[in-house]
Amino acid sequence: MPEPLLSVRDLVVEFPTRRGVLRAIDKVSFDIAEGEVLGMVGESGAGKSITGAAIIGLIEPPGRIAGGEIRLKGERIDSLSPETMRRVRGRRIGMVFQDPLTSLNPLYTVAQQLIETIRTHLDVSDKEARARAVALLDRVGIPAAARRIDDYPHHFSGGMRQRVVIALALCAEPELVIADEPTTALDVSVQAQIIDVLKEICAERGASVMLITHDMGVIAETADRVAVLYAGRLAEIGPVRDVIQAAEHPYTQGLMGSIPTLAQEHDRLVQIPGSMPRLNAIPPGCAFNPRCEQAFERCFRDRPEPLPRGGGRQVACWLYDRAGVAHG
Amino acid sequence: MLAFIIRRLFQSVIVMLAVALVSFSLFRFVGDPIVSMVGQEATLAEREALREALGLNDPFVVQFWNFIARAVQGDFGISYRLQQPVMELILSRLPATLELALISGFFAFVLGVGFGVYTALRRRGWLSNAIMTASLIGVSLPTFLIGVLLIWVFAVELQWLPSFGRGETVRLNDWWTTGFLTPSGRASLVLPAITLGLYQMTLIMRLVRAEMLEVLRTDYIKFARARGLTNRAVHFGHALKNTMVPVITITGLQLGSIIAFAIITETVFQWPGVGALFIRSVQAVDVPVMAAYLMLIALIFVIINLIVDLLYYVVDPRLRVGRAHMRH
Repeated sequence: MPEPLLSVRDLVVEFPTRRGVLRAIDKVSFDIAEGEVLGMVGESGAGKSITGAAIIGLIEPPGRIAGGEIRLKGERIDSLSPETMRRVRGRRIGMVFQDPLTSLNPLYTVAQQLIETIRTHLDVSDKEARARAVALLDRVGIPAAARRIDDYPHHFSGGMRQRVVIALALCAEPELVIADEPTTALDVSVQAQIIDVLKEICAERGASVMLITHDMGVIAETADRVAVLYAGRLAEIGPVRDVIQAAEHPYTQGLMGSIPTLAQEHDRLVQIPGSMPRLNAIPPGCAFNPRCEQAFERCFRDRPEPLPRGGGRQVACWLYDRAGVAHG
Repeated sequence: MLAFIIRRLFQSVIVMLAVALVSFSLFRFVGDPIVSMVGQEATLAEREALREALGLNDPFVVQFWNFIARAVQGDFGISYRLQQPVMELILSRLPATLELALISGFFAFVLGVGFGVYTALRRRGWLSNAIMTASLIGVSLPTFLIGVLLIWVFAVELQWLPSFGRGETVRLNDWWTTGFLTPSGRASLVLPAITLGLYQMTLIMRLVRAEMLEVLRTDYIKFARARGLTNRAVHFGHALKNTMVPVITITGLQLGSIIAFAIITETVFQWPGVGALFIRSVQAVDVPVMAAYLMLIALIFVIINLIVDLLYYVVDPRLRVGRAHMRH
């Protein structure tokens, strides 16, 4: 198997607080292959965004990576010096944020922000940086890019601004793009366009994408594989078709059951009882056990590790532990 | 833009008229001017004749109109106390006040912004804590006490700097005398300038720090970091410029109040400026000087506000209208 582009192993992210240390990410492991789109889903607070921030090295202090390792093409990037890590950001890993209305500096033109970013990472002249910026804006679908590049962010609509943000994230040609809920703040009508632009342009350049979202529809259409996070732990990971059609983890099953489909008639959508535990009140054993209808004695005692299930799938659930005690 | 300037000028005129009304009312509230002008043995008929000659029997509106008409031409009458034209008196003392105010305003701004940025970026450093603690003194000690303390330490004990007056001055033209060109003039500026500027400096510093911390939390700063821009570019290119927008307003108003509140500093240091003139005029109920001083301070505030509003346009592109594009 070829070396993955990004490899995250046993990542632990902790936030010290007055009432003890909170584990926002607890031993999460996954890989992203070159050119692959990995979807990352979970409820608010499950740790999706923090995982992204950890990879790009921008966890807000006092939060910190307390364990595990992150490798980009085999090279560890979780323990680089701030200056070395700065050169990785933007150049090798790009990031798209959720809200395009607040992601751009209001006092600088789009051209100034693009050229500054390009020239920070690439050794090109001002003129060439500008030419690249115009070409890129054109590519992400800004009409009359050569003229509009000198406009300020407030001259653009939300959807157009998100295209500018994508151009900024990609302008130094990174190998990996982390898109943190890139369409959540947008109108439904432009969400699909933005996702298409992001996916196409990354495919052209062979860049991998880590797509963080809670929209299973977006994942289904865009991602190659999907990782499901619950309370800072990996619940399930696998090819997107398999996970959507035959979810194995009870949490993923609940998640899928809560999405309405047109093909079937629903009297009532499935809902998962209860809510995700707070980080300082995660129960022993499996974090999902208070809400799980299939939980048995072992789920309350031991924490399940992700088990390989064949076909590249893994699921962290004792129901599938053949060596363990059979249930029912 | 032009329409905006005209609108602001119109507003300024209204403000000046309102202040003129207050100044003019002073004359009517401090008693009958005839009493202080004629001897005790003057007959009622003589008094009435003088009253008629001075136009004091005219209706209020007519008197107010005459006051404004003369004020526009720079004629505020004759000082009761010194028997000189008021305008001449004020102009001869204005350079001293303006030089003092500009120097302290300049240092308050430069040091205030510098310390503010430093304490915002090194939030937990010991030097930041020291500066923040020291700034409490600047905010909480009254101006006259700071002045007296400085005189005691640097003029009485150490004998480094003079404690009163402007030192030697050089006459530049008919009415402008400057203390900048002689060593004793410059030495005399130091203590009053510190006294006058200290409060403003700490205010600007605390404002810059608070604004900067706010800006550093914004999405566009996170996005700038995620693009791998250098700390220098993020802090001084992106954060500081956004910090300055609200700071400009306050600083402009502060410069106005530096000129207005120079009264106390000028009294403590016997600085021969308009503030000291005003205090003596109040003691002598010299109404024409008081009225003219009020008008002068109002005019300075109005002009500074106008400049501040124009600076906004330079700094913040969102306020520039007239470049209406099609919004997508």
